[in-house]
Amino acid sequence: MSKTKGEHGPLSLFVPEPECRPGDHPDFSEMLIPKAGEARKPPVDVDPMEIHDLAYSVIRVLNKKHEAVGPWANELSDEDLLEGLRHMMTLRAFDARMFMAQRQGKTSFYMQALGEEAVACAFRKAMRKGDMNFPTYRQQGLLIAGGYSIHKMMNQIYSNELDPVKGRQLPVMYSSKEDGYFTISGNLATQFIQAVGWAMASAIKGDTKIAAGWIGEGSTAENDFHSALVFASTYKPPVVLNVVNNQWAISTFQGIARGNAATFASRGLGFGIPSLRVDGNDYLAVYAVAQWAIDRARRNLGPTLIEFVTYRAGAHSTSDDPTGYRPKDESSTWPLGDPIERLKQHLILRGQWSEERHTQAKAEIESEILQAQKKAEEHGTLHNGPHVPSGTMFEDVYKEPPIHLIRQRQEAGL
Amino acid sequence: MTRMTMIEAIRSAMDVAMETDPNVVVFGEDVGYFGGVFRCTHGLQKKFGSQRCFDAPISESGIIGAAIGMAVYGLRPCVEIQFADYVYPGYDQLASEAARIRYRSAGDFTVPMTVRMPTGGGIFGGQTHSQSPEALFAHVCGLKTVIPSNPYDAKGLLIASIEDDDPVMFLEPKRLYNGPFDGHHDQPVTPWKKHELGEVPDGHYTVPLGKAAIRREGNDVTVLAYGTMVHVALAAAEETGVDAEVIDLRTILPLDLEAIEASVRKTGRCVIVVEATKTCGFSAELMAVVMEGCFHHLEAPVIRVTGWDTPYPHAHEWDYFPGPRRVGAALKKVMEHG
Repeated sequence: MSKTKGEHGPLSLFVPEPECRPGDHPDFSEMLIPKAGEARKPPVDVDPMEIHDLAYSVIRVLNKKHEAVGPWANELSDEDLLEGLRHMMTLRAFDARMFMAQRQGKTSFYMQALGEEAVACAFRKAMRKGDMNFPTYRQQGLLIAGGYSIHKMMNQIYSNELDPVKGRQLPVMYSSKEDGYFTISGNLATQFIQAVGWAMASAIKGDTKIAAGWIGEGSTAENDFHSALVFASTYKPPVVLNVVNNQWAISTFQGIARGNAATFASRGLGFGIPSLRVDGNDYLAVYAVAQWAIDRARRNLGPTLIEFVTYRAGAHSTSDDPTGYRPKDESSTWPLGDPIERLKQHLILRGQWSEERHTQAKAEIESEILQAQKKAEEHGTLHNGPHVPSGTMFEDVYKEPPIHLIRQRQEAGL
Repeated sequence: MTRMTMIEAIRSAMDVAMETDPNVVVFGEDVGYFGGVFRCTHGLQKKFGSQRCFDAPISESGIIGAAIGMAVYGLRPCVEIQFADYVYPGYDQLASEAARIRYRSAGDFTVPMTVRMPTGGGIFGGQTHSQSPEALFAHVCGLKTVIPSNPYDAKGLLIASIEDDDPVMFLEPKRLYNGPFDGHHDQPVTPWKKHELGEVPDGHYTVPLGKAAIRREGNDVTVLAYGTMVHVALAAAEETGVDAEVIDLRTILPLDLEAIEASVRKTGRCVIVVEATKTCGFSAELMAVVMEGCFHHLEAPVIRVTGWDTPYPHAHEWDYFPGPRRVGAALKKVMEHG
């Protein structure tokens, strides 16, 4: 025994570390970035065994010259792309405004989608009415791209008297069945297996609707991610399983959830689930891959796992300061660029857009958001009210209040 | 009217619910082709097909999480957790999700789901097949928790649970599956076929959630019990001659406060009999309810008889289980006052 110990030396634990920390020069040179247009586009009924390479690659459409190239290109019209740009610009301006509102003390908390606007906005465009998203807290782009009222979103953020969820939830925890947006939990990953269950129900009923589950790369470590993949691979329901890899889970870099071995997309391969990796800052690529996966689901071909490679350019939330754990300028050196800038340049190249029109559109959007904000604030903000009457806190615990809640409400005098 | 075991009654409830409503689906570990390790789902897959009754992977969080998604869609899933002892991997889905989806969405989304699970000891199941975790559910606002004590109630309560628009935890005392076990483990159990509460209508009926039943009327002391302990309490009352009023709570949440208060105010004494561990158990809640609602009517301190605060032991099962001897002693003790 002692000889063996001498041969190999003492054991030590491997704890992954990111390439760069505050004070370091940001470095993404190790990141694999295939050329745009390089990834092949298989038919939707492909045998998952034949597309393992797509779980390790990155599907990209927009190249450095802002051209749309390769087999995943040319799926959207000029009008669609202009609308997509507007959605992303609206989301960014909305986020900026609400971030400021939190700083002004009008609400308790906010979370931006800064830098990853293309993921939710382009995915939503590939969905139909009746489909259901099971989102995380950073997919507000699904609502904006789906035409949900930003005034209503603000009412929720302010927990004011018009808040659709009656002041019960933290800001950004929206809910709208009508708009295919499942109530946000706030706990992580729980919604992923629920999306699979919803899709199983759609299949059991012979429906035509599909579900989309959403999760961040960090919370793929939760057991719900794994149970979702098990159930999805077993019953093959019409579900798209989306992993938004924005590199950072608060202060924890993606390597802690992933190890240094593989990609998040490749987690699906062991389950026999077709798994794709896509440039999450490329609106055209996100849309094309979403369309492919949704088409598979709609044709009863089963689940698809998608990893969106993107970057959380802002803080995790208004309670977070990323300068404590990553280089200050890391965001500006992110090699996949900015989704709005890239689509804007592509539209300019297509002759559909210009710097002037962009500046004008930005001003228009900001003005619309300001108007909506004024309107929302007329109905109250978190700290100044008015809110939905306090007595309503006793409602909706159950469909009908049981006797103990009736007594407690009486005791509270509400 | 047919005489049924509790297993047959539970199976009949699911059969009736599936016939009544095409949105009812049943799944869980071993429940499909085989029909469940306790046979509660036997024949359902054959009758209703594998789209409505099927086997699930060994993943309690997956079973409950998927059932939540189905319920959100509009189905009424009734899932089985093979033993209550195995529910913990799915607890987050119950406590953080199922219980709060109606509330956090202001009624936009709801979870009409039933989670069945065999509970309690008395079968030499050791610490992983004998637990009574009902307090962990009753503590979570938004869940309902039901524990029947006989075949008639089991069927009526299960149909009511499946038809309920809120998530219901349905705990089946496994020691009662075949007969009204009263804690006398050294004596044969009368089968349900020979018990009046084994008489179960074949068709659809419900027993309302939140309503207790008086199993034995009495004037001297109120015994609060549910599940297996109802039968232990009845035996103890007969054997001691104490004129006890035995209340079968049937649903611990919603709890029938009015029935408890009416009985304790009448008798002035109360013994609480619960199989689960004592500290922070549901027996503690019952005691608090009696203190809050009946203090000025009490003639003696309330006594609890419960499982000890240890894991459920294997070889020492009958020293752990709160049987008729301990309950009888408590009845006599509570009568010594006043």
